[in-house]
Amino acid sequence: MKEIVVLSGKGGTGKTSITAALASLAGQVVLADCDVDAANLNLLLQPALVERHEFSGAPKAVVDPARCTACGLCQEACRFDAIRTGAAAEVDALRCEGCGVCLMCCPEAAITMEPTLCGHWSISSTALGPLVHARLLPGSENSGRLVSILRQAAQQLARRSGAAWLLCDGPPGTGCPAISTLTGAGYALLVTESTLSGFEDLKRVAALVAHFKIPAGVLINKADVNSLIAARIEEFSLAAGCDCLGRIPIDPAFNRAQIAGVAVLAAAGEELRRNLENVWRSVATCAQSERRPFNLISNSHSKGSHELCE
Amino acid sequence: MTRIAVASGKGGTGKTTVAVSLAAILARKHSVHLLDCDVEAPNAGLFLRPVIDAAEPVMRPVPVVGPDLCDLCGQCSQACRFHAIAATSRRILVFPDLCHGCGACLRACPRGAITERPVPVGEVRSGLAGRIRFSEGRLRTGATATVQVIHAVRRKETASEYVILDAPPGTSCPLAATLNGADRVVLVTEPTPFGLSDLTLAVEVARMLGVPIGVVINRDGAGDGRVDEYCASSGLAVLGRIPDNRLVAEAYSRGELPLDAIPDFRQALAAIAAKLLQEIPA
Repeated sequence: MKEIVVLSGKGGTGKTSITAALASLAGQVVLADCDVDAANLNLLLQPALVERHEFSGAPKAVVDPARCTACGLCQEACRFDAIRTGAAAEVDALRCEGCGVCLMCCPEAAITMEPTLCGHWSISSTALGPLVHARLLPGSENSGRLVSILRQAAQQLARRSGAAWLLCDGPPGTGCPAISTLTGAGYALLVTESTLSGFEDLKRVAALVAHFKIPAGVLINKADVNSLIAARIEEFSLAAGCDCLGRIPIDPAFNRAQIAGVAVLAAAGEELRRNLENVWRSVATCAQSERRPFNLISNSHSKGSHELCE
Repeated sequence: MTRIAVASGKGGTGKTTVAVSLAAILARKHSVHLLDCDVEAPNAGLFLRPVIDAAEPVMRPVPVVGPDLCDLCGQCSQACRFHAIAATSRRILVFPDLCHGCGACLRACPRGAITERPVPVGEVRSGLAGRIRFSEGRLRTGATATVQVIHAVRRKETASEYVILDAPPGTSCPLAATLNGADRVVLVTEPTPFGLSDLTLAVEVARMLGVPIGVVINRDGAGDGRVDEYCASSGLAVLGRIPDNRLVAEAYSRGELPLDAIPDFRQALAAIAAKLLQEIPA
């Protein structure tokens, strides 16, 4: 079983659409939506709920106003500016990191750490395979713990069902949730776009992927917006030891399919279909390859065909 | 001073484009400070091209255990709620990437064996882009300190007539840290199911924080009418629409502000800015 995680750095490059498209081609898969504070994969897969679990984040400090003498020691000790003292001390739950330092220094034992419900996670069945996904309550901490729980559940499901692939749709950015999506993964598929911002953010996520020593490949979505930048991205990818997995031009089929609530293949024309099939072949080959680096170079961008180059 | 945050929920809807364009329009007649709070992927600077005149690291204090004083009692590890410090039979191990810098281990150590050393988790840079004051936060690769770096860049705010906060995507703690204390949030969305889904979450965060909302529908025409229906039924003010236009994407791809090159974009942003100013005059 190989786990492929889909990241981008920049938001909106097409991670979710591409994940669903590749899942349609991959045969037996398990899917995980690790973009827990903006989960969208479920919108393409018409999931049927199988089980649901609550998720509690890190316990947060709560002050008992009856015991509090407003001495202010907790406010002084808090390094996150999460406590204000009026008639009693009050903890700002948004800023509280749950470290417990206030509890340690309160002379009246007026502070306790209370678990906070942060959201829930689910396992659903879809036509493409099981989907593990979550909904984080807005504004909640997104420390990556929920992502880890999802990945563990998905890995278990994949092992039990004998699925060949686990595809994880990742979050944008390079912080805690992206790191939790990435650690220990078999392969990182980096979906970028042919824009300056996309390129800059690709460099950031590529550095993250290199930091964690995960083999990676780069797929350029919306590639026809700027073919100069697409070429520079491919140069960068090769130099960075990432596989070049192909280019996908802008195609109204993506929005059409999304509006219909299905993965793009159902709405794709022949050219896009062939392009995506080639991309999946490249991804599957590279993800299974033991050698590093192993690069595929597009020989005809407008037709979207590829050939293996060693 | 009026703080206007530009957020979305969904990534890639046009937050930075709108934030930078609004800054450019407002700066013609007012003092403006733009703070790029998308610290994991700050891109406003690509368009504003500021001359940076100040840069400083964002530091987090990480424990150092003095082997002479330490008797391996393990109290530090027990006190740590982030599994960032572990006691083995031979030594204490510290994991800086997991450490929140809270100081619990220091307080827990009965022998005073723990001191702290500062570790960089990011950087804040400031400068001038023409008439626009500019600051951006950047998270160090591999660090887990997004909210801390957002707080650090927000502390660079100067007393300008308008402070524009370019927010990160998502709807969790980084968005909350950016919206907290804003006078208005402009939620930039796209008329698609993904756009709508994430917009509803961003609206919940803004309402939770009591920040009044104005919606901008970007790439109008590229999707369907559900975002419009949602705004109408939820009592959300639509500040304006930006029509779907490939030329905008192409200018953006080159790092160019579409404001100068593309008339229908310029018109749309002028209308949005005018509507905003009506609601929150300087």
